[in-house]
Amino acid sequence: MTEFALIFRVGPSWKGDITPAEMQNRMTAWMNWMGGIAAKDKLVSSGNRLGIKGSKVVGANNVISDGPFTEVKEFINGYIIVKGDSVDEAVEFAKSCPLVVGNFGKVEVRPLVAPDNNQ
Amino acid sequence: MEQELIPRLYRQEYSKMVALICSRFGVGEIDAAEDIVGETFLSAAETWGVKGVPDNPVGWLYRVARNNTLNGLKHEQVRQRTRSRLAKAGTAAVQPELDISAENIADSQLRMIYAVCHPMIPVEAQVTLALRVLCGFTIEEIAQALLTTKANVNKRLFRAKEKLRAGKITTALPSTARLNERLDGVLITLYLLFNEGYYSASPDKVLRKELCAEAIRLTYLLTVPGKGKGEVRPEVYSLLALMCFQASRLNARVDDAGELVLYEQQDSGLWDQELINRGNGYFVRACDSGVLSRYHLEAAIAWWHTQKTDNGEKWQNILHLYNRLLILQYSPVAALNRAYAFARVYGKKMAIPEAEGLALTGNLFYHSLLGELYGGVDEARSLAHWKLARRLAPTAAERRVIDNKMNGQGGAAF
Repeated sequence: MTEFALIFRVGPSWKGDITPAEMQNRMTAWMNWMGGIAAKDKLVSSGNRLGIKGSKVVGANNVISDGPFTEVKEFINGYIIVKGDSVDEAVEFAKSCPLVVGNFGKVEVRPLVAPDNNQ
Repeated sequence: MEQELIPRLYRQEYSKMVALICSRFGVGEIDAAEDIVGETFLSAAETWGVKGVPDNPVGWLYRVARNNTLNGLKHEQVRQRTRSRLAKAGTAAVQPELDISAENIADSQLRMIYAVCHPMIPVEAQVTLALRVLCGFTIEEIAQALLTTKANVNKRLFRAKEKLRAGKITTALPSTARLNERLDGVLITLYLLFNEGYYSASPDKVLRKELCAEAIRLTYLLTVPGKGKGEVRPEVYSLLALMCFQASRLNARVDDAGELVLYEQQDSGLWDQELINRGNGYFVRACDSGVLSRYHLEAAIAWWHTQKTDNGEKWQNILHLYNRLLILQYSPVAALNRAYAFARVYGKKMAIPEAEGLALTGNLFYHSLLGELYGGVDEARSLAHWKLARRLAPTAAERRVIDNKMNGQGGAAF
C-alpha cells in the first residue's frame, strides 16, 4: 500500500458567514467522512489544520506578505494522510470529502514519495 | 464451621498472600509462594474443623503463612537462596521478617500487578496469570472462564512463570520514567480481563460477574495513593468508569434460562444503578485533566449506553465518539460499532455501504451487522449473512440468538 496526502484547498465560499447550525453540520459531515476512512483502517494520520490568522508568505529579497498563499483562488486549509492500494482508492476517499461534495473547494491527492524519488 | 468460609477466604486472601511473599522474596519464587499459601489453607481446613474457627481467621492465616515462610518447610532451596541474597545485601538478620501490615499487603498487591503485566510475558498469558495469582481463581475456574481446558491453563501458567523467572522480573515498581509506559500495558491486560468476563459466552453467569468484579477491583487498586506512584493517570479513572458502566448491565445480559439478551431488549430495571453512579464519579475525575485517551472515548460511549431512552441525540453522540475513537486508533470492533451507530442515525440503507466498506468477511459480528442492516431492505442478502454468522458463532447461546433473527423472532435491533 502507498500513502497519500489529501491536501484541502478551500475557496472563498468556505469562509462566509455561517450559522452555528451550519457549522455543526459541517463538523458532523467532516467527522463522518474522516471516521469512515478510519473505520476502513486507511487513515494514517489525521494531519493538521493550517491556520489563516498569523500566517505569512516569505519570498526572495525579503518580500514578506500576510498569508496564506493566495496567488490562486484557493488556499490550503489542511491535510490528512491516508493509505491505499492505488491513487484511485485515495481519489475515492477524496470524492466524498465534504469540501468536494459541497463544492467549497478541491482536494489535491499526492503520493508520499521517498526523498530520492525524482518521478 | 460454615462450609463456604475457607473457599471465601481463599478467594479473598490467596492473591494478597502470594503477593506479600513474592514482594519479599522475589517473584521468581512464585511457585514456592503458592505452595506456602496452599499449605496455610490446608492447615486451616485441618485445624479449624477440629479446634473451631479462630476469632480472627484472617489474622490466623497471615501469621501461619508468615511462619511457614520463615520455616521454609519443604523449601530448603528457597531458604538457601534467600539467605545468600540477604547476605549479599548485607542484612544483619538471618531470619527475614514478613511485614503483614495492611499497608504492606496493599503495596505488595500493586507491585504484583505490575510484575504479572510485564511486557516480557505474552498478553494472553498475562490474563491467565492474573486470574491465578492476582485473583485467586482455581485452575478449574480459569478454564471455565476462558472457555479452555485445564491442561491449556496449566501450560500457559507454566510458560508465564518461566518468563517471570527467565526475565528476572522483580516486584520493584517501575521507575517514574518507565511507569507511564508500563501502565499502558497494565491497563490493556486489565481491560482484557474485564472483557473476558463481559463478553464471555461461558454459561457460568456467576463466574463472569466475578471476572468483571476482579478487573474493577484491580484497576481500583491503581488509584489508591501510595509512595513512589505519583499522580494517578486519568486513563485509569476512565478505564474504571468504562468497566463500571458496562458491568452495570451484567444482570440484564443473560436471562434466567441462560439466553443472551441483546441491548435493545434488556430490562433496564435490572441495570445496576449504583455501579452507574460509581462510574459517573470516576468519569468526572477522568475528565478533570483535559487529557483525552481512547479509554475516555470508550467510557463516554459506555455512558451513553447507560441511558436507555433516546431523546434524539443519543446515537448522534455515540457515532461522533466512535468517529473520534477510530481516528485515534483503529479496531475492527470500533469500526463495526460505528457502522451500527451510523445506521441508528441515518437509517439502514445509508449505513449498508459504510458497513460493507469495512470488508471484514469471516468476522461473526460483521455478518451479524449486515444481516441486521439488510433486514427489511434485501431479505435474501440478510439471510445469507445470518447464515454465515451462524456458522461462525462459537456457542449454542449465540447460535440461538441468530436462529431467532433468521426466524424473524429476534426482535428488532432498532
